[in-house]
Amino acid sequence: METNTTSLPMKVLVAVLFLFLLAPVILVVPISFSGEQVLSFPPASWSFRWYTALLNNSAMISAFWTSLLLGAIVTVISLAAAIPAAYVIVRMRTAGSGFLYNFFTAPLLLPTIVLGLAILIVFASIGFLGTFSGLVIGHLVITMPYALRVLATTLGNLPLACEEAASTLGGRPITVFRRVTLPMMAPGIVAATALCFLVSFDEVVITLFLTGPRLSTLPVQLFHHVESRADPLVASVSVLLIFLTLAVVMIVDRTVGLSKTFVK
Amino acid sequence: MSAVATAHPAPAMPRLALGRTGTAVALLLPIALINAIGFVLPVLNLLRMSFNEALAGGGVREAFILSNWTGLFGDSFYLELIVNSVSVSLGITFLTLVVSYPIALYLHRSSGRWRTFLTVLVISPLLTSAVVRTYGWIALLADQGPIVSAIAALGITPPRLMFNTTGVVIGLTEILMPYMILSLLAGFGRLDPRVEEAAMTLGAPPAKTFWRVILPLTLPGIALGCLLCFVLAVSSFITPKLLGGGRVFLLATEIYDQAIVTLNWPLAATLSILVLVIFGAALAVYARVLRVIE
Repeated sequence: METNTTSLPMKVLVAVLFLFLLAPVILVVPISFSGEQVLSFPPASWSFRWYTALLNNSAMISAFWTSLLLGAIVTVISLAAAIPAAYVIVRMRTAGSGFLYNFFTAPLLLPTIVLGLAILIVFASIGFLGTFSGLVIGHLVITMPYALRVLATTLGNLPLACEEAASTLGGRPITVFRRVTLPMMAPGIVAATALCFLVSFDEVVITLFLTGPRLSTLPVQLFHHVESRADPLVASVSVLLIFLTLAVVMIVDRTVGLSKTFVK
Repeated sequence: MSAVATAHPAPAMPRLALGRTGTAVALLLPIALINAIGFVLPVLNLLRMSFNEALAGGGVREAFILSNWTGLFGDSFYLELIVNSVSVSLGITFLTLVVSYPIALYLHRSSGRWRTFLTVLVISPLLTSAVVRTYGWIALLADQGPIVSAIAALGITPPRLMFNTTGVVIGLTEILMPYMILSLLAGFGRLDPRVEEAAMTLGAPPAKTFWRVILPLTLPGIALGCLLCFVLAVSSFITPKLLGGGRVFLLATEIYDQAIVTLNWPLAATLSILVLVIFGAALAVYARVLRVIE
Protein backbone atom coordinates (compact mmCIF):
# COMPACT_ATOMS: atom_id res chain seq x y z
CA MET A 1 0.00 0.00 0.00
CA GLU A 2 2.60 2.50 0.98
CA THR A 3 5.83 2.77 -0.94
CA ASN A 4 7.17 5.65 1.10
CA THR A 5 10.79 5.65 2.10
CA THR A 6 10.22 8.72 4.26
CA SER A 7 12.32 8.98 7.41
CA LEU A 8 10.71 8.90 10.84
CA PRO A 9 11.24 12.60 11.74
CA MET A 10 9.60 13.56 8.44
CA LYS A 11 6.63 11.30 9.21
CA VAL A 12 6.22 12.88 12.64
CA LEU A 13 6.41 16.36 11.08
CA VAL A 14 3.76 15.47 8.49
CA ALA A 15 1.51 14.05 11.22
CA VAL A 16 1.84 17.25 13.28
CA LEU A 17 1.07 19.40 10.24
CA PHE A 18 -1.99 17.29 9.44
CA LEU A 19 -3.13 17.79 13.02
CA PHE A 20 -2.74 21.57 12.58
CA LEU A 21 -4.76 21.43 9.35
CA LEU A 22 -7.60 19.38 10.81
CA ALA A 23 -7.64 20.67 14.42
CA PRO A 24 -10.34 23.35 14.08
CA VAL A 25 -12.73 21.04 12.23
CA ILE A 26 -12.19 18.11 14.62
CA LEU A 27 -12.50 20.37 17.66
CA VAL A 28 -16.09 21.41 16.99
CA VAL A 29 -17.30 17.83 17.60
CA PRO A 30 -16.42 17.67 21.33
CA ILE A 31 -17.38 21.32 21.81
CA SER A 32 -20.87 20.65 20.48
CA PHE A 33 -21.45 18.27 23.44
CA SER A 34 -20.34 20.88 25.96
CA GLY A 35 -22.49 21.43 29.02
CA GLU A 36 -21.02 24.90 29.61
CA GLN A 37 -22.67 28.26 29.15
CA VAL A 38 -19.71 29.71 27.21
CA LEU A 39 -17.29 28.44 24.60
CA SER A 40 -14.42 26.56 26.23
CA PHE A 41 -12.17 23.67 25.40
CA PRO A 42 -12.01 21.12 26.85
CA PRO A 43 -15.50 21.58 28.32
CA ALA A 44 -15.82 20.98 32.07
CA SER A 45 -19.10 19.09 31.63
CA TRP A 46 -20.93 17.32 28.84
CA SER A 47 -24.52 17.46 27.62
CA PHE A 48 -26.85 17.71 24.62
CA ARG A 49 -28.09 21.13 25.72
CA TRP A 50 -26.67 22.93 22.68
CA TYR A 51 -28.45 20.60 20.28
CA THR A 52 -31.66 21.30 22.18
CA ALA A 53 -30.85 25.01 22.12
CA LEU A 54 -30.37 24.75 18.36
CA LEU A 55 -33.79 23.17 17.85
CA ASN A 56 -35.34 26.01 19.87
CA ASN A 57 -33.45 28.73 17.99
CA SER A 58 -36.01 29.80 15.42
CA ALA A 59 -33.63 32.24 13.69
CA MET A 60 -31.12 29.44 12.97
CA ILE A 61 -33.82 27.03 11.86
CA SER A 62 -35.41 29.50 9.47
CA ALA A 63 -31.97 30.48 8.12
CA PHE A 64 -31.31 26.79 7.49
CA TRP A 65 -34.52 26.42 5.44
CA THR A 66 -33.71 29.60 3.53
CA SER A 67 -30.26 28.21 2.69
CA LEU A 68 -31.69 24.87 1.63
CA LEU A 69 -34.35 26.41 -0.61
CA LEU A 70 -31.87 28.96 -1.99
CA GLY A 71 -29.33 26.23 -2.74
CA ALA A 72 -31.93 24.11 -4.53
CA ILE A 73 -33.27 26.97 -6.68
CA VAL A 74 -29.79 28.27 -7.49
CA THR A 75 -28.63 24.78 -8.48
CA VAL A 76 -31.57 24.21 -10.82
CA ILE A 77 -31.18 27.60 -12.53
CA SER A 78 -27.40 27.18 -12.78
CA LEU A 79 -27.80 23.87 -14.58
CA ALA A 80 -30.60 25.19 -16.80
CA ALA A 81 -28.40 28.11 -17.88
CA ALA A 82 -25.05 26.31 -18.01
CA ILE A 83 -26.04 23.15 -19.94
CA PRO A 84 -27.12 25.04 -23.09
CA ALA A 85 -24.15 27.39 -22.73
CA ALA A 86 -21.70 24.48 -22.43
CA TYR A 87 -23.32 22.91 -25.50
CA VAL A 88 -22.93 26.08 -27.58
CA ILE A 89 -19.36 26.67 -26.43
CA VAL A 90 -18.12 23.11 -26.84
CA ARG A 91 -20.27 21.59 -29.60
CA MET A 92 -21.45 24.45 -31.80
CA ARG A 93 -18.05 26.00 -31.55
CA THR A 94 -18.59 29.32 -33.30
CA ALA A 95 -16.07 32.12 -33.54
CA GLY A 96 -15.11 33.38 -30.10
CA SER A 97 -16.21 30.38 -28.04
CA GLY A 98 -12.90 30.51 -26.16
CA PHE A 99 -13.68 34.11 -25.30
CA LEU A 100 -17.23 33.22 -24.25
CA TYR A 101 -15.93 30.51 -21.94
CA ASN A 102 -13.46 32.86 -20.28
CA PHE A 103 -16.06 35.60 -20.08
CA PHE A 104 -18.71 33.45 -18.41
CA THR A 105 -16.24 31.99 -15.91
CA ALA A 106 -14.68 35.41 -15.16
CA PRO A 107 -16.69 35.99 -11.93
CA LEU A 108 -14.56 33.28 -10.28
CA LEU A 109 -11.48 35.46 -10.78
CA LEU A 110 -12.84 38.26 -8.62
CA PRO A 111 -12.67 38.09 -4.84
CA THR A 112 -16.10 37.68 -3.28
CA ILE A 113 -15.64 40.79 -1.13
CA VAL A 114 -15.39 42.88 -4.34
CA LEU A 115 -18.24 41.03 -6.08
CA GLY A 116 -20.42 41.38 -2.98
CA LEU A 117 -19.87 45.14 -2.78
CA ALA A 118 -20.42 45.57 -6.53
CA ILE A 119 -23.71 43.67 -6.39
CA LEU A 120 -24.79 45.50 -3.20
CA ILE A 121 -24.46 48.93 -4.84
CA VAL A 122 -26.46 47.97 -7.94
CA PHE A 123 -29.09 45.99 -6.02
CA ALA A 124 -29.62 48.84 -3.56
CA SER A 125 -30.75 51.08 -6.41
CA ILE A 126 -33.23 48.55 -7.84
CA GLY A 127 -34.64 47.44 -4.47
CA PHE A 128 -33.22 43.91 -4.56
CA LEU A 129 -31.48 44.10 -1.17
CA GLY A 130 -32.79 41.74 1.49
CA THR A 131 -34.97 39.94 -1.05
CA PHE A 132 -34.89 36.27 -1.98
CA SER A 133 -34.56 37.04 -5.71
CA GLY A 134 -31.55 39.24 -4.93
CA LEU A 135 -29.91 36.33 -3.12
CA VAL A 136 -30.68 33.97 -6.01
CA ILE A 137 -29.00 36.27 -8.55
CA GLY A 138 -26.05 36.95 -6.22
CA HIS A 139 -25.41 33.23 -5.81
CA LEU A 140 -25.94 32.47 -9.50
CA VAL A 141 -23.07 34.82 -10.33
CA ILE A 142 -20.62 32.36 -8.77
CA THR A 143 -22.43 29.01 -9.13
CA MET A 144 -23.05 29.31 -12.90
CA PRO A 145 -19.33 29.56 -13.73
CA TYR A 146 -18.62 26.43 -11.66
CA ALA A 147 -21.43 24.56 -13.43
CA LEU A 148 -20.22 25.77 -16.83
CA ARG A 149 -16.67 24.70 -16.12
CA VAL A 150 -17.58 21.19 -14.97
CA LEU A 151 -20.09 20.69 -17.81
CA ALA A 152 -17.80 22.06 -20.54
CA THR A 153 -15.01 19.75 -19.36
CA THR A 154 -17.40 16.77 -19.33
CA LEU A 155 -18.74 17.59 -22.79
CA GLY A 156 -15.24 18.19 -24.17
CA ASN A 157 -14.11 14.77 -22.98
CA LEU A 158 -17.08 12.91 -24.54
CA PRO A 159 -16.35 11.16 -27.84
CA LEU A 160 -18.20 12.65 -30.79
CA ALA A 161 -18.83 9.28 -32.45
CA CYS A 162 -22.20 8.51 -30.79
CA GLU A 163 -23.64 11.93 -31.53
CA GLU A 164 -22.37 11.82 -35.12
CA ALA A 165 -23.84 8.38 -35.61
CA ALA A 166 -27.19 9.54 -34.26
CA SER A 167 -27.34 12.56 -36.56
CA THR A 168 -26.13 10.53 -39.57
CA LEU A 169 -29.03 8.18 -38.92
CA GLY A 170 -31.37 11.14 -39.23
CA GLY A 171 -31.83 12.34 -35.63
CA ARG A 172 -32.74 16.00 -35.36
CA PRO A 173 -30.21 18.06 -33.32
CA ILE A 174 -32.64 18.42 -30.40
CA THR A 175 -33.36 14.67 -30.40
CA VAL A 176 -29.67 13.80 -30.58
CA PHE A 177 -29.02 16.15 -27.68
CA ARG A 178 -31.87 14.80 -25.55
CA ARG A 179 -31.38 11.11 -26.28
CA VAL A 180 -27.60 10.86 -26.70
CA THR A 181 -25.63 13.86 -25.42
CA LEU A 182 -27.56 14.57 -22.23
CA PRO A 183 -27.48 10.97 -20.89
CA MET A 184 -23.76 10.77 -21.59
CA MET A 185 -23.25 13.99 -19.62
CA ALA A 186 -24.91 12.53 -16.51
CA PRO A 187 -21.75 12.21 -14.35
CA GLY A 188 -20.83 15.82 -15.11
CA ILE A 189 -24.36 16.94 -14.28
CA VAL A 190 -24.23 15.15 -10.90
CA ALA A 191 -20.87 16.77 -10.13
CA ALA A 192 -22.12 20.21 -11.19
CA THR A 193 -25.27 19.78 -9.08
CA ALA A 194 -23.27 18.92 -5.95
CA LEU A 195 -20.77 21.69 -6.54
CA CYS A 196 -23.44 24.37 -7.17
CA PHE A 197 -25.38 23.33 -4.10
CA LEU A 198 -22.35 23.25 -1.80
CA VAL A 199 -21.03 26.58 -3.11
CA SER A 200 -24.43 28.24 -2.62
CA PHE A 201 -25.03 26.61 0.76
CA ASP A 202 -21.58 27.70 1.99
CA GLU A 203 -21.49 31.18 0.43
CA VAL A 204 -21.10 33.83 3.08
CA VAL A 205 -19.29 36.97 1.87
CA ILE A 206 -21.53 37.96 -1.06
CA THR A 207 -24.57 36.92 0.97
CA LEU A 208 -23.52 39.13 3.90
CA PHE A 209 -23.89 42.15 1.62
CA LEU A 210 -27.31 41.10 0.33
CA THR A 211 -29.20 39.78 3.36
CA GLY A 212 -31.49 41.97 5.39
CA PRO A 213 -32.80 41.94 8.95
CA ARG A 214 -35.68 39.63 8.03
CA LEU A 215 -33.88 37.36 5.56
CA SER A 216 -30.72 35.47 6.42
CA THR A 217 -28.93 32.32 5.30
CA LEU A 218 -27.36 29.81 7.66
CA PRO A 219 -23.69 30.81 7.08
CA VAL A 220 -24.56 34.48 7.55
CA GLN A 221 -26.52 33.69 10.71
CA LEU A 222 -23.53 31.70 11.99
CA PHE A 223 -21.18 34.57 11.13
CA HIS A 224 -23.27 37.08 13.08
CA HIS A 225 -23.55 34.64 15.98
CA VAL A 226 -19.77 34.10 16.20
CA GLU A 227 -19.26 37.84 15.85
CA SER A 228 -21.48 38.67 18.81
CA ARG A 229 -21.25 35.69 21.20
CA ALA A 230 -18.87 32.89 22.10
CA ASP A 231 -21.03 29.90 22.99
CA PRO A 232 -21.10 26.25 21.84
CA LEU A 233 -24.25 26.72 19.70
CA VAL A 234 -22.23 27.20 16.52
CA ALA A 235 -20.43 23.91 17.21
CA SER A 236 -23.67 21.92 17.19
CA VAL A 237 -24.71 23.56 13.90
CA SER A 238 -21.25 22.84 12.50
CA VAL A 239 -21.41 19.16 13.38
CA LEU A 240 -24.74 18.84 11.57
CA LEU A 241 -23.32 20.78 8.60
CA ILE A 242 -20.28 18.51 8.43
CA PHE A 243 -22.59 15.50 8.22
CA LEU A 244 -24.67 17.17 5.50
CA THR A 245 -21.52 17.92 3.48
CA LEU A 246 -20.30 14.35 4.00
CA ALA A 247 -23.60 13.04 2.67
CA VAL A 248 -23.37 15.18 -0.48
CA VAL A 249 -19.72 14.24 -0.98
CA MET A 250 -20.48 10.54 -0.59
CA ILE A 251 -23.26 10.72 -3.17
CA VAL A 252 -20.83 12.37 -5.59
CA ASP A 253 -18.10 9.88 -4.77
CA ARG A 254 -20.42 6.95 -5.46
CA THR A 255 -21.57 8.39 -8.78
CA VAL A 256 -18.54 10.07 -10.33
CA GLY A 257 -15.55 9.93 -7.99
CA LEU A 258 -14.49 12.58 -5.55
CA SER A 259 -11.11 13.60 -6.89
CA LYS A 260 -12.53 14.11 -10.39
CA THR A 261 -15.03 16.60 -9.07
CA PHE A 262 -13.19 18.69 -6.55
CA VAL A 263 -9.53 18.49 -7.45
CA LYS A 264 -9.77 19.21 -11.16
CA MET B 1 -13.09 27.79 -3.02
CA SER B 2 -13.57 30.19 -5.85
CA ALA B 3 -9.96 30.79 -6.66
CA VAL B 4 -8.74 27.21 -6.72
CA ALA B 5 -9.87 26.92 -10.23
CA THR B 6 -8.71 30.12 -11.76
CA ALA B 7 -5.55 28.66 -13.17
CA HIS B 8 -7.24 26.04 -15.34
CA PRO B 9 -7.16 26.40 -19.11
CA ALA B 10 -10.36 26.09 -21.15
CA PRO B 11 -11.07 22.40 -21.78
CA ALA B 12 -10.34 20.86 -25.14
CA MET B 13 -13.28 21.34 -27.45
CA PRO B 14 -13.98 18.97 -30.33
CA ARG B 15 -16.37 20.47 -32.82
CA LEU B 16 -19.64 19.40 -34.34
CA ALA B 17 -21.28 21.97 -36.54
CA LEU B 18 -25.03 21.56 -36.48
CA GLY B 19 -26.46 24.86 -35.39
CA ARG B 20 -27.10 28.35 -36.60
CA THR B 21 -26.10 31.59 -34.97
CA GLY B 22 -29.70 32.19 -33.94
CA THR B 23 -29.88 28.97 -31.95
CA ALA B 24 -26.52 29.69 -30.34
CA VAL B 25 -27.62 33.14 -29.22
CA ALA B 26 -30.91 31.78 -27.85
CA LEU B 27 -29.09 29.06 -25.89
CA LEU B 28 -26.62 31.57 -24.44
CA LEU B 29 -29.31 34.06 -23.49
CA PRO B 30 -30.04 32.84 -19.92
CA ILE B 31 -26.42 32.76 -18.77
CA ALA B 32 -25.67 36.07 -20.55
CA LEU B 33 -28.65 37.78 -18.94
CA ILE B 34 -27.80 36.70 -15.39
CA ASN B 35 -24.16 37.57 -16.01
CA ALA B 36 -25.11 41.03 -17.22
CA ILE B 37 -27.30 41.82 -14.19
CA GLY B 38 -25.15 40.13 -11.55
CA PHE B 39 -21.63 40.66 -12.83
CA VAL B 40 -20.93 43.02 -15.75
CA LEU B 41 -23.21 45.85 -14.67
CA PRO B 42 -22.16 45.76 -10.98
CA VAL B 43 -18.44 45.65 -11.75
CA LEU B 44 -18.62 48.52 -14.26
CA ASN B 45 -20.73 50.46 -11.78
CA LEU B 46 -18.15 49.78 -9.06
CA LEU B 47 -15.44 51.29 -11.22
CA ARG B 48 -17.63 54.33 -11.83
CA MET B 49 -18.47 54.58 -8.11
CA SER B 50 -14.81 55.02 -7.18
CA PHE B 51 -14.92 58.44 -8.92
CA ASN B 52 -18.12 59.62 -7.24
CA GLU B 53 -18.25 61.94 -4.29
CA ALA B 54 -19.31 60.62 -0.89
CA LEU B 55 -21.66 62.87 1.07
CA ALA B 56 -22.10 62.86 4.83
CA GLY B 57 -24.64 60.31 6.10
CA GLY B 58 -24.16 57.78 3.35
CA GLY B 59 -25.20 59.82 0.32
CA VAL B 60 -23.43 59.65 -3.01
CA ARG B 61 -23.14 62.52 -5.50
CA GLU B 62 -22.52 61.71 -9.16
CA ALA B 63 -19.23 63.32 -10.03
CA PHE B 64 -15.92 62.66 -11.62
CA ILE B 65 -13.34 63.33 -8.94
CA LEU B 66 -10.04 61.72 -8.09
CA SER B 67 -10.12 62.60 -4.40
CA ASN B 68 -11.06 59.03 -3.34
CA TRP B 69 -7.84 57.86 -4.91
CA THR B 70 -5.60 60.75 -3.88
CA GLY B 71 -7.10 60.67 -0.38
CA LEU B 72 -6.15 57.03 -0.07
CA PHE B 73 -2.48 57.70 -0.63
CA GLY B 74 -2.42 60.96 1.32
CA ASP B 75 -3.91 59.47 4.47
CA SER B 76 -1.45 57.70 6.76
CA PHE B 77 -4.20 55.37 8.08
CA TYR B 78 -4.89 54.04 4.59
CA LEU B 79 -1.25 53.91 3.59
CA GLU B 80 -0.58 51.81 6.68
CA LEU B 81 -3.65 49.68 5.95
CA ILE B 82 -2.40 48.91 2.45
CA VAL B 83 1.17 48.19 3.56
CA ASN B 84 -0.17 46.07 6.44
CA SER B 85 -2.50 44.03 4.22
CA VAL B 86 0.21 43.29 1.69
CA SER B 87 2.90 42.43 4.25
CA VAL B 88 0.61 40.32 6.45
CA SER B 89 -0.58 38.47 3.33
CA LEU B 90 3.01 37.86 2.21
CA GLY B 91 3.86 36.54 5.68
CA ILE B 92 0.81 34.24 5.67
CA THR B 93 1.75 33.01 2.18
CA PHE B 94 5.28 32.16 3.33
CA LEU B 95 4.05 30.38 6.48
CA THR B 96 1.46 28.46 4.47
CA LEU B 97 4.19 27.32 2.08
CA VAL B 98 6.41 26.15 4.95
CA VAL B 99 3.66 24.10 6.65
CA SER B 100 2.19 22.77 3.38
CA TYR B 101 5.38 21.68 1.62
CA PRO B 102 6.13 18.61 3.78
CA ILE B 103 2.53 17.40 3.45
CA ALA B 104 2.58 17.86 -0.33
CA LEU B 105 5.93 16.10 -0.66
CA TYR B 106 4.70 13.22 1.50
CA LEU B 107 1.47 12.96 -0.53
CA HIS B 108 3.44 12.99 -3.77
CA ARG B 109 5.53 10.07 -2.55
CA SER B 110 2.63 7.97 -1.26
CA SER B 111 0.43 5.85 -3.46
CA GLY B 112 -2.69 3.74 -3.56
CA ARG B 113 -5.48 3.98 -1.00
CA TRP B 114 -3.29 5.67 1.60
CA ARG B 115 -2.75 8.55 -0.84
CA THR B 116 -6.47 8.75 -1.64
CA PHE B 117 -7.29 8.84 2.06
CA LEU B 118 -4.77 11.61 2.75
CA THR B 119 -6.00 13.59 -0.27
CA VAL B 120 -9.54 13.43 1.10
CA LEU B 121 -8.19 14.72 4.45
CA VAL B 122 -6.57 17.64 2.64
CA ILE B 123 -9.70 18.48 0.63
CA SER B 124 -12.21 18.03 3.45
CA PRO B 125 -11.45 21.35 5.20
CA LEU B 126 -12.22 23.08 1.87
CA LEU B 127 -15.74 21.74 2.12
CA THR B 128 -16.14 23.12 5.63
CA SER B 129 -17.31 26.70 5.94
CA ALA B 130 -14.64 29.29 6.75
CA VAL B 131 -16.94 30.48 9.55
CA VAL B 132 -16.83 27.03 11.17
CA ARG B 133 -13.06 26.70 10.86
CA THR B 134 -12.52 30.20 12.24
CA TYR B 135 -14.84 29.31 15.12
CA GLY B 136 -12.65 26.27 15.81
CA TRP B 137 -9.64 28.58 15.98
CA ILE B 138 -11.44 30.93 18.36
CA ALA B 139 -11.94 27.96 20.71
CA LEU B 140 -8.28 26.95 20.39
CA LEU B 141 -6.72 30.39 20.70
CA ALA B 142 -9.00 31.91 23.35
CA ASP B 143 -7.46 33.48 26.47
CA GLN B 144 -8.49 30.50 28.62
CA GLY B 145 -8.09 28.11 25.71
CA PRO B 146 -5.94 24.98 25.58
CA ILE B 147 -2.94 26.57 23.83
CA VAL B 148 -2.69 29.60 26.10
CA SER B 149 -3.15 27.35 29.18
CA ALA B 150 -0.43 24.99 27.95
CA ILE B 151 2.00 27.88 27.48
CA ALA B 152 1.10 29.26 30.92
CA ALA B 153 1.66 25.81 32.46
CA LEU B 154 5.24 25.97 31.22
CA GLY B 155 5.70 29.03 33.39
CA ILE B 156 5.89 31.49 30.51
CA THR B 157 3.67 34.56 30.38
CA PRO B 158 1.36 33.55 27.51
CA PRO B 159 0.98 35.93 24.60
CA ARG B 160 -2.47 36.95 23.41
CA LEU B 161 -3.27 34.76 20.44
CA MET B 162 -6.67 36.14 19.51
CA PHE B 163 -8.19 39.47 18.47
CA ASN B 164 -4.84 40.52 17.07
CA THR B 165 -2.71 39.95 13.97
CA THR B 166 -1.18 36.78 15.42
CA GLY B 167 -4.58 35.10 15.55
CA VAL B 168 -5.44 36.19 12.01
CA VAL B 169 -2.11 34.85 10.73
CA ILE B 170 -2.55 31.46 12.47
CA GLY B 171 -6.16 31.06 11.31
CA LEU B 172 -5.59 32.12 7.71
CA THR B 173 -2.47 29.97 7.36
CA GLU B 174 -4.51 26.91 8.26
CA ILE B 175 -7.44 27.95 6.08
CA LEU B 176 -5.22 28.44 3.01
CA MET B 177 -3.23 25.19 3.46
CA PRO B 178 -5.45 23.00 1.22
CA TYR B 179 -5.08 25.47 -1.68
CA MET B 180 -1.31 25.49 -1.25
CA ILE B 181 -1.05 21.70 -0.94
CA LEU B 182 -3.15 21.11 -4.07
CA SER B 183 -1.15 23.70 -6.08
CA LEU B 184 2.14 22.18 -4.94
CA LEU B 185 0.95 18.70 -5.87
CA ALA B 186 -0.09 19.93 -9.32
CA GLY B 187 3.44 21.25 -9.83
CA PHE B 188 5.20 18.17 -8.42
CA GLY B 189 4.61 16.19 -11.62
CA ARG B 190 8.19 16.81 -12.74
CA LEU B 191 9.60 15.39 -9.52
CA ASP B 192 10.62 11.87 -10.50
CA PRO B 193 11.74 9.69 -7.54
CA ARG B 194 14.53 8.31 -9.76
CA VAL B 195 16.12 11.77 -9.92
CA GLU B 196 16.30 11.86 -6.11
CA GLU B 197 17.66 8.33 -6.03
CA ALA B 198 20.30 9.28 -8.57
CA ALA B 199 21.40 12.24 -6.45
CA MET B 200 21.55 10.09 -3.31
CA THR B 201 23.37 7.26 -5.07
CA LEU B 202 25.95 9.72 -6.33
CA GLY B 203 26.65 10.58 -2.72
CA ALA B 204 24.61 13.74 -2.10
CA PRO B 205 23.51 14.04 1.55
CA PRO B 206 19.72 14.41 2.06
CA ALA B 207 19.93 18.16 2.75
CA LYS B 208 21.91 18.77 -0.40
CA THR B 209 19.55 16.58 -2.43
CA PHE B 210 16.68 18.71 -1.17
CA TRP B 211 18.22 22.13 -1.89
CA ARG B 212 19.87 21.25 -5.18
CA VAL B 213 17.47 18.72 -6.73
CA ILE B 214 14.02 18.59 -5.14
CA LEU B 215 13.44 22.28 -4.44
CA PRO B 216 14.44 23.58 -7.92
CA LEU B 217 12.22 20.99 -9.60
CA THR B 218 9.23 22.02 -7.50
CA LEU B 219 9.59 25.78 -7.99
CA PRO B 220 6.72 26.06 -10.52
CA GLY B 221 4.32 24.49 -7.99
CA ILE B 222 5.63 26.79 -5.27
CA ALA B 223 5.08 29.84 -7.48
CA LEU B 224 1.50 28.81 -8.31
CA GLY B 225 0.64 28.03 -4.68
CA CYS B 226 2.11 31.33 -3.47
CA LEU B 227 0.20 33.34 -6.08
CA LEU B 228 -3.05 31.65 -5.13
CA CYS B 229 -2.57 31.98 -1.38
CA PHE B 230 -1.44 35.59 -1.62
CA VAL B 231 -4.51 36.73 -3.58
CA LEU B 232 -6.78 34.73 -1.26
CA ALA B 233 -5.12 36.21 1.82
CA VAL B 234 -5.32 39.81 0.56
CA SER B 235 -9.03 39.47 -0.19
CA SER B 236 -10.09 37.23 2.71
CA PHE B 237 -12.70 38.68 4.98
CA ILE B 238 -14.33 36.16 7.33
CA THR B 239 -11.23 35.09 9.26
CA PRO B 240 -9.70 38.59 9.75
CA LYS B 241 -13.09 39.91 10.80
CA LEU B 242 -13.83 37.17 13.37
CA LEU B 243 -10.33 36.34 14.64
CA GLY B 244 -9.27 39.98 14.47
CA GLY B 245 -12.24 40.95 16.62
CA GLY B 246 -12.47 44.35 14.95
CA ARG B 247 -8.96 45.23 16.06
CA VAL B 248 -7.09 44.11 12.95
CA PHE B 249 -7.50 46.44 10.00
CA LEU B 250 -6.96 44.89 6.60
CA LEU B 251 -8.22 45.83 3.14
CA ALA B 252 -11.12 43.39 3.00
CA THR B 253 -12.44 44.23 6.48
CA GLU B 254 -12.17 47.94 5.69
CA ILE B 255 -14.14 47.48 2.44
CA TYR B 256 -16.91 45.81 4.43
CA ASP B 257 -16.91 48.44 7.19
CA GLN B 258 -16.97 51.31 4.69
CA ALA B 259 -19.80 49.67 2.73
CA ILE B 260 -21.99 48.50 5.62
CA VAL B 261 -21.11 50.58 8.69
CA THR B 262 -19.82 53.95 7.44
CA LEU B 263 -21.85 53.76 4.21
CA ASN B 264 -19.09 55.43 2.22
CA TRP B 265 -19.59 53.55 -1.04
CA PRO B 266 -17.15 55.57 -3.18
CA LEU B 267 -14.34 54.81 -0.73
CA ALA B 268 -15.35 51.13 -0.46
CA ALA B 269 -15.38 50.94 -4.28
CA THR B 270 -11.95 52.57 -4.48
CA LEU B 271 -10.52 50.07 -1.97
CA SER B 272 -12.07 47.21 -3.98
CA ILE B 273 -10.46 48.40 -7.19
CA LEU B 274 -7.20 48.67 -5.27
CA VAL B 275 -7.53 44.99 -4.30
CA LEU B 276 -7.93 44.16 -8.01
CA VAL B 277 -4.83 46.25 -8.81
CA ILE B 278 -2.89 44.26 -6.19
CA PHE B 279 -4.19 41.06 -7.84
CA GLY B 280 -2.88 42.30 -11.19
CA ALA B 281 0.50 43.12 -9.67
CA ALA B 282 0.70 39.66 -8.07
CA LEU B 283 -0.10 38.04 -11.43
CA ALA B 284 2.61 40.10 -13.13
CA VAL B 285 5.17 39.04 -10.52
CA TYR B 286 4.05 35.42 -10.97
CA ALA B 287 4.48 35.58 -14.76
CA ARG B 288 7.92 37.12 -14.27
CA VAL B 289 8.96 34.45 -11.75
CA LEU B 290 7.75 31.66 -14.07
CA ARG B 291 9.84 33.05 -16.92
CA VAL B 292 12.93 33.11 -14.71
CA ILE B 293 12.33 29.52 -13.52
CA GLU B 294 11.72 28.06 -16.99
